[in-house]
Amino acid sequence: MSALSIRNVWMEYTGQIVLERINLEIESGAFVAIVGPSGCGKTTFLRLLLGQERPTRGSIMLDGAPMPDEPGPDRGVVFQRYSVFPHLTVLGNVLLGAELAAAPLLGRLFGAPRRRAIDAARALLAEVGLAESEQKYPAQLSGGMQQRLALAQALICKPRVLLLDEPFGALDPGIRSEIHTLMRRLWRERGVTIVMVTHDLREAFFLGTRVVVLDRLRNRPEERQRYGATITQNIEVHRRRTPDADLESGRDDPARMDPTRRDDPVRQN
Amino acid sequence: MRRLINIQPGWLRWPLALLPFVLLALLYGIGATLRHAENPDDKVLPPLVAMVSAVERTALTPDKRTGEYVFWSDTGASLQRLAIGIGGAVAIALVFGLAIGLLPMVNALLAPLTTVLSMIPPMALLPILFIIFGLGELSKVVLIVVGVAPCLVRDLALAVGKLPREQIVKAQTLGASTWQVLLRIALPQALPRLIESLRLALGPAFLFLISAEAISAENGLGYRIFLVRRYLAMDVILPYVAWITLLAYLMDTALASISRRVFRWAHGAGHQG
Repeated sequence: MSALSIRNVWMEYTGQIVLERINLEIESGAFVAIVGPSGCGKTTFLRLLLGQERPTRGSIMLDGAPMPDEPGPDRGVVFQRYSVFPHLTVLGNVLLGAELAAAPLLGRLFGAPRRRAIDAARALLAEVGLAESEQKYPAQLSGGMQQRLALAQALICKPRVLLLDEPFGALDPGIRSEIHTLMRRLWRERGVTIVMVTHDLREAFFLGTRVVVLDRLRNRPEERQRYGATITQNIEVHRRRTPDADLESGRDDPARMDPTRRDDPVRQN
Repeated sequence: MRRLINIQPGWLRWPLALLPFVLLALLYGIGATLRHAENPDDKVLPPLVAMVSAVERTALTPDKRTGEYVFWSDTGASLQRLAIGIGGAVAIALVFGLAIGLLPMVNALLAPLTTVLSMIPPMALLPILFIIFGLGELSKVVLIVVGVAPCLVRDLALAVGKLPREQIVKAQTLGASTWQVLLRIALPQALPRLIESLRLALGPAFLFLISAEAISAENGLGYRIFLVRRYLAMDVILPYVAWITLLAYLMDTALASISRRVFRWAHGAGHQG
């Protein structure tokens, strides 16, 4: 059974067709990377999945049921920026999901339930490597740490689908490969379905089990209004088993960049 | 020679800040002495001694008729009006500002109205307030509310409206209802801004307070100033003006320090151990 089923989706803004004929089945537990040139509607597509916008035509099903047309806790999200709340500490940010779910009126927990929620939040913070920073405010964190926080914050709600909108686009390369490793570990451990928009092909193929390319097939100036982008490639990534070896340390160290990781035809193990 | 834009005051900061005050005091002292030498009964620029004795008279000796200490009962009455007026304005700003900023439907309904209302000169409404609410306390308090609230509402609505869309969406993906977004996301981030605009609104609030008291009251700082004006009693007016200024300054400083203390995140993240 597929987690997300996108059926003949069109997206049109006042005469401008942005997306057309989008058909995509995303199986449960997949990691789909969406790539494509700038301005081809990648982010619009993610907004559709998020429920922030409604498709003009077509339907999106989540686990077989029509997807609610507003954002909800079944779909977590990490944006490139503004993903964490500046007025809450690191711990407060992660705690928020649990507090909102359990306290509809005050949005805050007290006493024993709060302590339980804090324990869960701390465990998650330790997992993303932010245990020492729990009392800091996001403005005191580096970009990479903020994105780790955003991941932890989204994951505490145990979403069925996690949507990532160029989450690592603003990070420098060293930090980025570190967070890639973390991302892969979290995805594997939690079995969450992930859809990630990126413009980094290397990232797409490193993380994704499937890479989907969005592009405009007709791109002449006079055609631009009436033809949107569609899925031009849908590539399944066959991953070798061996790269997993570097994850066994359980540590959040940067991905190794040794030459054996190249996809050479002949390998010695 | 370094450019003027690059020269920092350094240790001169405090002396420089004090200098204009000292100069002004000096200028006043010279003027008062000169006038006093010419006419010992001069009332326009009373010497410091006269002002001290006026403060003694009003603040430290009970009034012969009522037994009250005029200075303090005036201060109490004015501060009470100010507090109720500002409190009302803040309450209105919180309810309407948050709703207009966060809820598109309320925005469509009320934002244009708020803009129009904020353009009405509050002093032009004072006669109407006197007619509707009488000459008592209520009309003075309402004048402060009417004068201050529209700006606070607009400012708060703008601040909430400027919250990144991503934050609102993110909160919903964490399961937040509209109410919870308001309570946990919009309100806490709007409060530092509210304090900020409240600091700016203190000036107008005092303006409306003094005006209302000048026109109709039985006590209050503004009432006293306008009462003793009839006798050219500058020795009372000047200390009162200084006192009002000091009160406003202290409120401003208090608000600023509350904001820095309570909303540390909004004032550049202060590092902690």
